[in-house]
Amino acid sequence: MLGAYLPILVLVVIACLFGLGSVVFSSLIGQKKPSQVKLAPYECGCEPVGSARERFSIKFYLIAMLFILFDIEAVFMYPWAVLFKRLGMFGLVEMGLFIVILFVGYVYVWKKGALEWE
Amino acid sequence: MDTLILGLPVAYYIAMVAKVLVAFVFVLLTVAYATYAERKIIGHMQVRLGPMRTGWHGLLQPIADGVKLFFKEEIIPSQASKFAFLIAPLVALIPAFISFAVIPFGDSVTIGGYTVPLQIAAYYDQAGKQVFDVNVGVLYILAMASLGVYGIVLAGWASNSKYSLLGGLRSAAQMISYELAAGLAIISVFMLSESLSLHKIVADQAGGAWYAFKQPLAFVIFFICSLAEINRTPFDLPEAETELVSGFCTEYSSMKYAMFFMAEYANMITVCAVTTTLFLGGWHGPAFLPGWFWFIAKVYFLIFLCMWIRATYPRYRYDQLMRLGWKVFLPLTLVNVVATGLWVMFISK
Repeated sequence: MLGAYLPILVLVVIACLFGLGSVVFSSLIGQKKPSQVKLAPYECGCEPVGSARERFSIKFYLIAMLFILFDIEAVFMYPWAVLFKRLGMFGLVEMGLFIVILFVGYVYVWKKGALEWE
Repeated sequence: MDTLILGLPVAYYIAMVAKVLVAFVFVLLTVAYATYAERKIIGHMQVRLGPMRTGWHGLLQPIADGVKLFFKEEIIPSQASKFAFLIAPLVALIPAFISFAVIPFGDSVTIGGYTVPLQIAAYYDQAGKQVFDVNVGVLYILAMASLGVYGIVLAGWASNSKYSLLGGLRSAAQMISYELAAGLAIISVFMLSESLSLHKIVADQAGGAWYAFKQPLAFVIFFICSLAEINRTPFDLPEAETELVSGFCTEYSSMKYAMFFMAEYANMITVCAVTTTLFLGGWHGPAFLPGWFWFIAKVYFLIFLCMWIRATYPRYRYDQLMRLGWKVFLPLTLVNVVATGLWVMFISK
């Protein structure tokens, strides 16, 4: 158990050190000549208009919600897939029903137009 | 017997540190030279030469690029959320560099009487004579792939620039959509392997019984979805230059900019390695060369394929991208799972 997970921790530490090290090192040796124009948000050379933190399309929220729903259902299918051969016919029928219900929801979402980007 | 630290012999710790360091340097070098290979390969495909000036045929180009980026000025936009802006590249880079921990680079090797599996997060039980690795390796990789999204969203939001925000949002929606399809596509592999441990999945594919032959649809869908998940062409909409300047990393400069690209290339390597492991038989190959050679050869071939695709296909439009993910791949993967279930239950007996 420990033997399999300890190396991941070591790798995390090395990756963090590498990432932090390169950021700190480059900010130490890089030049710094800030000016007001240079620090303004990039807008193709024009004066920036307003803040960027404005409202954006509702579609992104919808996709995020659908993702959570379908991803949870995908996660339910992982343990089932691993045990599939041992569960036999019972597992096949159970998951068949699960997928049918999932598919009904999917068709509903499609027909409601939640997957359209116009 | 050796002295034990936390129930494990000293040799285990030496082997572990050696494996971590070798793999990390290997991935780092592959990332550096993947950028060079990409410029060179696409250059030749477009009848150009690519980099030629630094070193023989431009071989020192990645090093020159790295040194240049270190010396570049670090710009933090005055309206940015400073803390989020600073940690976003780290949040993108670190998961990209730790996800290869569970990938088996080869079977076990024996050095000085001690057997070591060529997989970072694994050990060889000398008494039980078998390899133990992270038994949910696939979940670990999917989790790390999802964490990478945070870095990009954070970068897009923290920059407080319109291009960055749009790039970040597009990227998030694209990555989660394709992550779903990729996650569903590989379920049919686990139905055959009966395990989420990558070592066991590779061991199951011995003798040319690759899952790419048994699950061709899952293989194709997984590889295409992975390309979309790591924002590679033809799905590189988050960085669509003609629309969004440089997408989520518009405001970034210096090493922080480079880190997003290192993360992208490291993700490409990981995705190719996962595809090799799940579908192309991992380290299995003709016995006259060692397993790790076959593994690396297959991974490099897939990386070459990514570059070839980049040189060949134009970019998708955003609505086409979402339609492909949600209306084509998602139902196909569900059908594939059901078909695999019926096949295992009624035909392959």
